[in-house]
Amino acid sequence: MRHLMSPLDFSVEELDKLLDLATDIGKDPKKYAHVCDDKRLATCFYEPSTRTRLSFEAAMMNLGGKVLGFSSADSSSAAKGESVADTIRVVSCYADICAMRHPKEGAPLVASMASSIPVINAGDGGHQHPTQTLTDLLTIRSLKGRLDHITIGLCGDLKFGRTVHSLIEALVRYAGVRFILISPEELRIPSYIREDVLNRNQVPFEEVERLEDAMPELDILYMTRVQRERFFNEEDYIRMKDFYILDKTKMELAKKDMFVLHPLPRVNEISVEVDEDPRAAYFRQAQYGVYVRMALILTLLEVELPC
Amino acid sequence: MLNVGALREGYVLDHIKAGKAMTIYHDLQLDKLDCTVAIIKNAQSNKMGKKDILKVECPIDTLDLDIVGFIDHNITVNIIKDSVIVEKRDLRLPKRIVNVIKCKNPRCITSIEQGLDHIFFLADEEKEVYRCMYCEEKYRGHRNK
Repeated sequence: MRHLMSPLDFSVEELDKLLDLATDIGKDPKKYAHVCDDKRLATCFYEPSTRTRLSFEAAMMNLGGKVLGFSSADSSSAAKGESVADTIRVVSCYADICAMRHPKEGAPLVASMASSIPVINAGDGGHQHPTQTLTDLLTIRSLKGRLDHITIGLCGDLKFGRTVHSLIEALVRYAGVRFILISPEELRIPSYIREDVLNRNQVPFEEVERLEDAMPELDILYMTRVQRERFFNEEDYIRMKDFYILDKTKMELAKKDMFVLHPLPRVNEISVEVDEDPRAAYFRQAQYGVYVRMALILTLLEVELPC
Repeated sequence: MLNVGALREGYVLDHIKAGKAMTIYHDLQLDKLDCTVAIIKNAQSNKMGKKDILKVECPIDTLDLDIVGFIDHNITVNIIKDSVIVEKRDLRLPKRIVNVIKCKNPRCITSIEQGLDHIFFLADEEKEVYRCMYCEEKYRGHRNK
């Protein structure tokens, strides 16, 4: 039995296979409409997350399966003081697979150690969010036709933004990837990403503050939101939240075949006028997220695939 | 030097940094063992100036030397059997340490989940970096530095 805690749990070959399956699902969703008719997904969400939870639920429903779960710690037995390990032992009796989000880092790992069903980390604090990374990889591969030999700009909160950390760790495994890290001084990537991931793998990168300077070079621009919940200090959040705003003027500086990604929800960092630009791919990215979660559920449940 | 007496069977932990013997005594949980323990503090050392020494009379393979390796892998471990040194063991940084140090990340699940082992893994042997198995937070501040 396998779980998914980090995007690096899959080798590059396994990842290719998963993305191939997700691509096939996207091409012909009907083929997979009943492959999980007798399966149940438990969504154990200890903190609010509309998007990820609905994406998981849509994925399971698209496969013909059923969904049960809770969407906040208040509505679970955690409010009564139950441990994560005990909760998953019980949930294992009700469902075939579990997607867990928890504000505490490592909670899904604790669950996986006590679980008799596969556990998917659906986000644990500022630590990992592997299905977002899988979504990002599928989106980039679908739009650009490759994951290697690209220049990707990561913009915004690179310090607390777990999606950014996971995406960097996943992409350094491909040849010819170059990063331009665009952030204010205070929100630069943590040193362990710089030293242990980028430098150790000899991946070229530069750190800049102005988005305009980076735009002409990019194949992909990955925008992020400055998240209020990651700051202990409200003043720091207010100072940082509107540091970058992508608008039409900045988009004019970009290549014709550059694409803009965003893990969503977007607040002010991408002006709504950019939505009409064919290079704005963030809503398509949400659709890819459903396909990749469908592929992941099938892979972890080891469901026999239709021909 | 003070003569504490020879061991028949057990361990001599030599070249402990002066003042650290009691830390090792507790981490090895020697207080819970029903055996003879000699703690020698501030012994003269040509190499170190001053050093601590621990002598433990117990069956060999009783102690978890990984913990000693984590505290200070420069400590010399002599294993005694029938009153002679049968092995001088080189200590290495253990790949994994359980319930020796605690994760200080307030966002880590270990901060709220009861009964969870605090487990750290050796992430970088060269830089002697340990990370929490759950949240991957770096352990800051080696015990002996």
